[in-house]
Amino acid sequence: MDSDEEQEWVPLKNRPEWSDVVPVEQDDGPNPVVPIAYKEEFTETMNYFRALYRADERSPRALQLTTEAIKLNSGNYTVWHFRRLILKALSADLQNELDFTEDIARANSKNYQLWHHRRWVAEILGTNATTQELEFTKKILSHDAKHYHAWSHRQWVLQELGGWEDELDYCHELLEEDVFNNSAWNQRNFVITRSPFLGGLKAMRESEVSYTLKAIVAHPENESSWRYLRGLYKNDNQSWMKNTQISSVCLKILIAKTDCIFALSTLLDLICHGFQASQEFRDAVDALRNSDLEQAESDLAKTICSLLETVDPIRVNYWKWRKSMLCQDAN
Amino acid sequence: MELPVATVTQHDQWKVESQVFRIYDLFGNLPPNAQSVMIELQRDNHIEYLTRGLRQLPPSFCTLDASRPWLCYWILHSLALLGESVDDELEHNTIDFLSRCQDPSGGYGGGPGQLPHLATTYAAVNALITVGGDQALSSINRCELYKFLQQMKHPSGGFRMHDGGEIDVRACYTAISVASILNILDDDLVHNVGSFILSCQTYEGGISGEPGSEAHGGYTFCGVATMILINQINRLDLPRLIDWLVFRQGKEFGFQGRTNKLVDGCYSFWQGGVFPLLQRVRSIIDEQLVLPDAGGHSTTNGTHTSTTSSISEVGESFEGTSSHVDDACHSRQEVNFNDIGYNFVKRPIEMEPLFHSLALQQYILLCSQEEKGGMKDKPGLSRDFYHTCYCLSGLSVCQHMWSDEEDSPVLPRALMGSYSNLLEPIHPLFNVVLEQYHEAREFFTRD
Repeated sequence: MDSDEEQEWVPLKNRPEWSDVVPVEQDDGPNPVVPIAYKEEFTETMNYFRALYRADERSPRALQLTTEAIKLNSGNYTVWHFRRLILKALSADLQNELDFTEDIARANSKNYQLWHHRRWVAEILGTNATTQELEFTKKILSHDAKHYHAWSHRQWVLQELGGWEDELDYCHELLEEDVFNNSAWNQRNFVITRSPFLGGLKAMRESEVSYTLKAIVAHPENESSWRYLRGLYKNDNQSWMKNTQISSVCLKILIAKTDCIFALSTLLDLICHGFQASQEFRDAVDALRNSDLEQAESDLAKTICSLLETVDPIRVNYWKWRKSMLCQDAN
Repeated sequence: MELPVATVTQHDQWKVESQVFRIYDLFGNLPPNAQSVMIELQRDNHIEYLTRGLRQLPPSFCTLDASRPWLCYWILHSLALLGESVDDELEHNTIDFLSRCQDPSGGYGGGPGQLPHLATTYAAVNALITVGGDQALSSINRCELYKFLQQMKHPSGGFRMHDGGEIDVRACYTAISVASILNILDDDLVHNVGSFILSCQTYEGGISGEPGSEAHGGYTFCGVATMILINQINRLDLPRLIDWLVFRQGKEFGFQGRTNKLVDGCYSFWQGGVFPLLQRVRSIIDEQLVLPDAGGHSTTNGTHTSTTSSISEVGESFEGTSSHVDDACHSRQEVNFNDIGYNFVKRPIEMEPLFHSLALQQYILLCSQEEKGGMKDKPGLSRDFYHTCYCLSGLSVCQHMWSDEEDSPVLPRALMGSYSNLLEPIHPLFNVVLEQYHEAREFFTRD
């Protein structure tokens, strides 16, 4: 495919419309470090670009040249910047820019410049762009559901242009497909805390807690849902600690004896925030202990830390540290 | 009958796990002498790969044509970590080339004649500090650079990456890091940066690029380092941050960048490198942990209600050298931000690393290392200079996590492999080799 495009490429020096332009070489010095063995097409395109950039020529042909330059290196922010100056000067149809950026994204969408440009365009188009932008990000996310730039762009669109109505459903759809998709959980948090239609975190909390607990019970090894649950009580630890649904789910998972790390660490946090664990919790934790390996501790929080040291060995130092902090706490 | 179908996340994760475990199995079944060969850092091959890149790059590097100061930094810093310096001619050529990337009105662009950009400014400044010597250090036009930083400052408190560019946590870090190391950081630049970073700490505990986005390793390093450099680390919810951070190290022994994403060698530094930062502000974390509901996070509107000690206060206890702010560029301020980085690195770590240092070293050496030189993301992918830089930086962090003081020797138990694997220590806030940092500090605080 590349070679086809190369064959079609006509050197700028052979194009009559460029005959008045004197190309400007890159000032790399006599012995540059990290010199790149540019292909002829790249060198020539950039030489003509430098000439127009230096002359500040904001013309249709300059616009065309930035298209070619960006196709050769979509990370060149100077070219994108100049392109925006040209677009403004020409009062160009920005609808074309959406097609252009989509084109660039097809080759490589992990690039700050194209998304920044897209945001600039959408900002000018305003609410006319809402649907298109939501569709565009959806398309990117259908190939890579955790695409960082696409999610940032989508959040910007929602906040600046709107389109919140179906967003919670969209999060649900993505989580149905892949409940381990942390980006979808993050977006869910974004929606329930910021959507103007849902009444905010407190109004959503009850239904979100049951939604999340279901996901946790189905996959207790899924860190995303546990963190999301905790996030529902950001800055409100007391309500979190007092919600018996949460401690009950921890207990249920501990009794089932599989994938207990997050249940244990949640229980530890609950206790640190004042949760009074009943004998049932102690028994469930004790049942997980290998009495040959671990010393019995009178304190449940300490027992949990010791248990985590063995069942979660990669974080052994972390759990030891947490345990050491409990001692200070108690006195 | 319905069998549960693996989701995309599970499928991708299992694939990587099996590749990694195959390598560890192979390693585990080798006799000890063969193991020590396999775990060896391929110093000479890395040096050769890096030096060759500095001299010539193939056409495929066109996509990095706006990141050439980064290429300089990745390569030179990797070499410095390996204890290797380039010859006088290459040094001279580096200084000359980067001068051509420097904009007459301040800052460095991605190549000669390109717009100045904060990321490439950070890379160029760190590359020049790594080269070291008066010629390299004096080539940086600090007065103009300060003006460039001021121009990039946004009323929100954040910074723009370049004229009309994006505002994010990366921009804050690169601006603040450069200003701090060049001794030109002041109240104007610091104004509201802390509030911006704070607004990017997510419900998960880590830090995102922009408010609302997902917690991410790269931004978490940038956010934490920035908060320390501006003396506002106590405003973050540090227990939640550490809890998120320790869980980024997985079964594969390496770090992932985000929850439920795949391991990647570069996060050895972006995530692993946060530990030498946080473990030096332990008293602040301890306070937040003991009083979980009175921690830094309850502050609003940028006012500090927390009782936690600030770094500069603690910094005073280290035979505080008097401050020398560059009066030529701006007036001096009450808290000298420019001493924070200097005092910070003298603070002891005091405790064992909160992550699994030996496991991470094993991932870097067995899974990220290319035998013929260079480092990579994970098995099956190819090496590149970015991953070489950040895998080696992460490895250095691991090796020096146990040192109680700046100059104390590295203990054998801190090291995976033999002493021949030992890398130079870095300054963890800037990610330049410590010795080079001290030379720069001395140079920029002179007169």
